[in-house]
Amino acid sequence: MTRRSKTLAVALALLAGPVGAEVNDTALAAARPPANLSEIGLFDDMAAMTPNAAVVPYTISAPLFTDYALKYRFVYVPASAGPAAYQGEDVLDLPVGSVLVKTFAYPDGAGGIHRVETRLLIHQEAGWKAWPYVWNEAQDEAELKVAGKDFALTATRPDGSTVDVAYHVPNVNQCKGCHVGTDGAFRPIGPKVRNLNLAEEGGNQLDRLVASGIIAALPEDRASVPMTPSYEGEAVPLEARARAYLDANCGHCHAPGRPADTSGLYLNWEEDRAIHRGILKPPVAAGRGSGGFAYDIVPGDPDHSILLYRLDSTDPGIMMPELGRSTIDQAGVALIRAYIESLGG
Amino acid sequence: MDRSKRKQFPNVNVNPALTFVFEVGFRFPKGSWFMNRHIAAVAAILWAQSAIAGNEFHIFPGDAAEEQLQEALILAEPGDTIILADGVYDIRNGLSLDNPDVTIVGAGMDRSILSFKNQSGGAEGLLITAGGAILKDFAVEDTKGDAIKIKGVDGIAIVRVRTEWTNGPDENNGSYGLYPVQTKNVYIDGSVAIGASDAGIYVGQSENIIVRNSRGEYNVAGLEIENSYYADVYANELTNNTGGILIFDLPNLPQQGGHSIRVFDNKSYANNTDNFAPQGNIVGLVPRGTGMLIMANRDVEVFGNDMRDNDTVNVAIMSYVEGFEDENYDPTPKRIHIHDNVFGASGGNPDTSEFAEIVTGALGTPLPNIIWDGVMPLPNFFLWGIEEGGRHSIHDNVYEANPPFGNANLIMYFAARWLHNPSLSMKDASETYPSLAPVSVVIRGVDVNDQTF
Repeated sequence: MTRRSKTLAVALALLAGPVGAEVNDTALAAARPPANLSEIGLFDDMAAMTPNAAVVPYTISAPLFTDYALKYRFVYVPASAGPAAYQGEDVLDLPVGSVLVKTFAYPDGAGGIHRVETRLLIHQEAGWKAWPYVWNEAQDEAELKVAGKDFALTATRPDGSTVDVAYHVPNVNQCKGCHVGTDGAFRPIGPKVRNLNLAEEGGNQLDRLVASGIIAALPEDRASVPMTPSYEGEAVPLEARARAYLDANCGHCHAPGRPADTSGLYLNWEEDRAIHRGILKPPVAAGRGSGGFAYDIVPGDPDHSILLYRLDSTDPGIMMPELGRSTIDQAGVALIRAYIESLGG
Repeated sequence: MDRSKRKQFPNVNVNPALTFVFEVGFRFPKGSWFMNRHIAAVAAILWAQSAIAGNEFHIFPGDAAEEQLQEALILAEPGDTIILADGVYDIRNGLSLDNPDVTIVGAGMDRSILSFKNQSGGAEGLLITAGGAILKDFAVEDTKGDAIKIKGVDGIAIVRVRTEWTNGPDENNGSYGLYPVQTKNVYIDGSVAIGASDAGIYVGQSENIIVRNSRGEYNVAGLEIENSYYADVYANELTNNTGGILIFDLPNLPQQGGHSIRVFDNKSYANNTDNFAPQGNIVGLVPRGTGMLIMANRDVEVFGNDMRDNDTVNVAIMSYVEGFEDENYDPTPKRIHIHDNVFGASGGNPDTSEFAEIVTGALGTPLPNIIWDGVMPLPNFFLWGIEEGGRHSIHDNVYEANPPFGNANLIMYFAARWLHNPSLSMKDASETYPSLAPVSVVIRGVDVNDQTF
């Protein structure tokens, strides 16, 4: 396309209005991302956060706690690239050109939401890239903030109480702090089949993702499709809920080959060795994060377990996870406390 | 070009290739005046290019400094330099670098200071996850967690950098000052680490390591090499720590079986600060007043050091004595070779921790200069002692005051107290071993001894 015809095309697209526009694959492939989120065309209506027809909403069964933020997830796979092949293990291999979109928001107190940031994980030829966009006051545009940004805001807990949050939009390096594969390359974390395998209105989410061209066909034996339970599901056994919670909040770093493997503490769903899951495991480099305790988990004794101590702290030198929260997940702490108590037999 | 000239042009390492081009491409006779002049000219051009090849990011103290610095750390590309002007920088969040071959340079370790006194986020001060970083001439102070952590890379140079907790020893200080882990090619030179609640200079699960001309003071451990291979630790000064130099190996980690470590020409004296490690940390076992502690490593050569005035002991050789579940882990130190050191008076005021009391109870006060816990697998003890080829070698040291060596025989202290038989005999420490080979460390493709930082 010549420069002139390109300009013409852009002008025509603008005249046609945002509705029905296409996602800007060229912007997604560029080395430097656009300064404004709207330029990528993921949302037909920025103010309403109405996704483009090709941008598919999804949820995951066991999400990471981030200061009680509401999260809105979308995935875009270019029609030309085709769906990701089904795989039971690890993160879906979404093709080049795909984007994972996650908007963080809080209730605005008037029945709506106030969006704080939208993070993009873009699969380019050279690998995955992460870019954070911060929303404006008018809530109709979000601006790229490479170095992240800090906000003070107030969040509401599920029980209705409020808590002050020192919200930190992570910079791209901090994104990689968790979003890194065993090969050292950037990678998504959440969209594993086992996290997407959940019931939703009208059926199972996986079927909708297949119908939307995100995932190729599922195996015929649906019982073989793995599932991480929701850690909030009352019907799920306590240990499974606890392990789902630890997998979602810790397992992306605390797993073999991942950023926190220097500790030998592995909290990913697949880990089965008790010592590596922290049971009677002494710390290696915890420093004051040990809280003066000798083991990560003392079965039956949560108050002498380093794991719980670090979940129950907001001191940057103590708390775990290191990033993504400035408050304590009270429900998560209660869950892990109950789990450690239950191990006492 | 001789070696001294190459030091001025660290990025110009193409002479063999140039020679090849001239000889093959242009067929100038090797060594002719014409060719020599041309190589000189080309080298000068390359040098000029290397001087301007990288971008410079100039950062100055002020309200915008943190964002500018972090943005520079994100945008800097290989060969770029981030320059920290003179002054104190108030940093609130952890900083991180994830692009390779970036240099961060300040105006001096007492002049360009990243202060994390008001830190509210991030588990360390500066995190580096890309290879080839060169850090020099600045300081990191008062981080909530570790000061400078380098994880999983190939190549890190830390030169004339200071990490410090300015309030002195305190269990609320961060664990580590300089903290490369799972890293290949680690070079630490002329640096200073003060006040860490674990180790001031700590290299863990790494290989090919040089730590030299550096100082550790008022840390629990001044300088520690843990679960690592091939390290040269020399010409460092360790004082006022709980323990001066630790060579450790721990179980259940991705890399273990520490070996091939040379510790030489260091000074480790008056390391008599009370152990202030938070409980639960293995370093909390180190008795106050330890010059050097070698635990569960093999092939450690200790020579030319001067150790004295350590209140408990100059050198201790120990097994890993905590319980562990790890069939791949060997808790017993092997082939520890200690020679040609000078040991001054020590042990005059031993620590009162359980371990120190057992050892002093067994061997008397003051303790010998070098003590070995005498722990080994039980069958070995009853049948043949330390296995053939695993015994220690201690010779030709100068012992100014205390007896040379003691075997605390703790295996029997714990297993069968009535058989507990500590001894000053050198029987288990009189093997002969050759010296270990020097370690070479390569940063950005060039041996550190051929570069000027």
